[in-house]
Amino acid sequence: MAENIIVYGLVASGVYALLAVGFSLIFGVARIANLSHTAFYMLAAYLIYSLTRSAGLNIYVSIILAIVIVTVVGTMSYRLLIIRVRQHQATTLIVTIAMAVIIQEAILKGFGGQPQSVPKMISGSREIFGVTVLNQQLLTLGVVILLLVATWAFLMKTKSGVAIRATAQDREVANLMGIDVPRMEMLTMAVSVGLAAIAGALVAPLFVLTPGMWAHPLVMILAIVVLGGLGSLKGSLIGALVLGFAENVVVFWWEEGAYLKTSVALAVMLVVILIKPEGLFGVVFEEERG
Amino acid sequence: MNALAAYVTKPFKLLRSEIFVLPWRTAVLLVCLLLLLFPVISREPFILRVLILASIFAVFAASWDLLSGFTGQINFGHALFFGVAAYTAAILNRDLGWAPWATIPLGALAAVLAGLVVGIPCLRLRGTYLAFATLAFPLILLGVVYANPGGMTEGELGIYGIASLSESRVVSYYVAIPSMIALGFVMWKITDSKIGLIFHAIREDEVTARASGVNTTRYKLLAFCLSGLIAGIAGGLYAHFLKGVGPSTLELLLSFQVIIWAVFGGIATILGPMAGVLILYPFTEFVLIRYLGGLSDSSSPIITFLTELSQARLLVFACLVLLVLLFMPQGLITWLRDKTEKVCPRCKLQNVAWRRKCRVCTAELD
Repeated sequence: MAENIIVYGLVASGVYALLAVGFSLIFGVARIANLSHTAFYMLAAYLIYSLTRSAGLNIYVSIILAIVIVTVVGTMSYRLLIIRVRQHQATTLIVTIAMAVIIQEAILKGFGGQPQSVPKMISGSREIFGVTVLNQQLLTLGVVILLLVATWAFLMKTKSGVAIRATAQDREVANLMGIDVPRMEMLTMAVSVGLAAIAGALVAPLFVLTPGMWAHPLVMILAIVVLGGLGSLKGSLIGALVLGFAENVVVFWWEEGAYLKTSVALAVMLVVILIKPEGLFGVVFEEERG
Repeated sequence: MNALAAYVTKPFKLLRSEIFVLPWRTAVLLVCLLLLLFPVISREPFILRVLILASIFAVFAASWDLLSGFTGQINFGHALFFGVAAYTAAILNRDLGWAPWATIPLGALAAVLAGLVVGIPCLRLRGTYLAFATLAFPLILLGVVYANPGGMTEGELGIYGIASLSESRVVSYYVAIPSMIALGFVMWKITDSKIGLIFHAIREDEVTARASGVNTTRYKLLAFCLSGLIAGIAGGLYAHFLKGVGPSTLELLLSFQVIIWAVFGGIATILGPMAGVLILYPFTEFVLIRYLGGLSDSSSPIITFLTELSQARLLVFACLVLLVLLFMPQGLITWLRDKTEKVCPRCKLQNVAWRRKCRVCTAELD
């Protein structure tokens, strides 16, 4: 049982971490709470399904195509929709929820409500310290770690990364320093949606696909970013580990765990913010006044 | 004799000086009268049912606006108040056999308690943190409900077979619609009072409000409780109207739905969210299901298209909301009000846009 918790906990945490980092990035840079974030993740998974099943493409080609398409769709939706309403915080929330609902309904129309599955990229399993692990799970973990390191390197080491962090810290000053703020926001949106799409590609072979699969990860990543502190990458990672494991411990220990996993994870989040209201690694944003 | 005449003419004077001067107030009066007189025109049970549910959700959306629109405490888990009150009312009715007039207020009190439970820990949080943290409460409860299929709340199935508001649908209608009008008026009065002003100040700048000697914590808690109370009344009415309550009253979708209605109508107006529900809810129920769905046997391509549209009702709903908000980011009612009204530069009173001079202080309107 303990080994199951570790394997499934790590996979779930990895996927949540990818999603939460992307969500946290665009929130930090553009102050947009993109509630359609996990809808893009679902869209990527379904695109892979339709490209492999209907178009009969190779799984690797379809994964790359799906990631590219979702990133373009996400960036365009930012360009055409979100940017026009972003001064009004509540309206931005609704526009992103509406986008998520549109994606969900489009998928429901296109693929029906029944669960679907995607073939695994690599089959088989192996024993590590006496625990049977699917190769697909190992691949998922490896890609997650690689991507998190790459994101970190991009933000810390490259010029664009520095510009993105500067924009997140202070828009006005970044603008005065000659950073093209709207371009950086577009870039961040592309990176953020791209990460969501890759997360979708990673879970597509592991989970069943349903048109409602976006709601649960959305709730989880909202809890994770609050738990870890908004705008902190380290916080998102640790939050994802805490909640990913909390969920799986409940599922494997209790009979009714499947129903209570969200409750327990959210309760953990509430306990943490009761003790530390700004989250574990919260960056206290200068509240923009006026 | 003169005094008597004054009493008789006073309502008319009030009507003329307070209501007919502004187009939206006239519109509200007309809509209220129309709703109250509606059973004279038609008593079709389906239409009455949709209007009753719309009025219940209108109260619910307006209570969200009181907390999130006015006070700025964006609540992502508003379904908590609705669900807690609905379940409390249903359990009291089922186990103790109390009548709806007793269970609805008690359900609302339970929702106030829920407001305190949410409010006290969340008052230390601000803005987006608060929004995401409030999301947790109804979902935690939902998990508990699902995990106890044999418990008091009967798990996934929900509680059914409790007392109805009234055996006659027309009587239920005359409970729901006047409640909506009365609660809407009360909320509007609250936002127009000193408390409302403080709520507004907290939203605009909490630090300044505190510096001006306002105990903002107490007022934020008050906003949570008031909003919980009113949402709770809506929840109780809902449970007794449908003669049952299920886990859908706690779901994420309801929490999001209420925000969609409120933002569509225009936040921080009370009227906006109510109008949002009264437009969107009957729209999705009647237009798409009943009238378009009923025409399916015709072979015209337009009808076929419209029938398909009615099957994708959530899609149409989302697209409609998206389009309206792209062109009117502040919401429908706020947009309409800005088009038809001007604020007097001197006395800050609202005037009809086509007036040249202020109706009270006769200052030039620009």
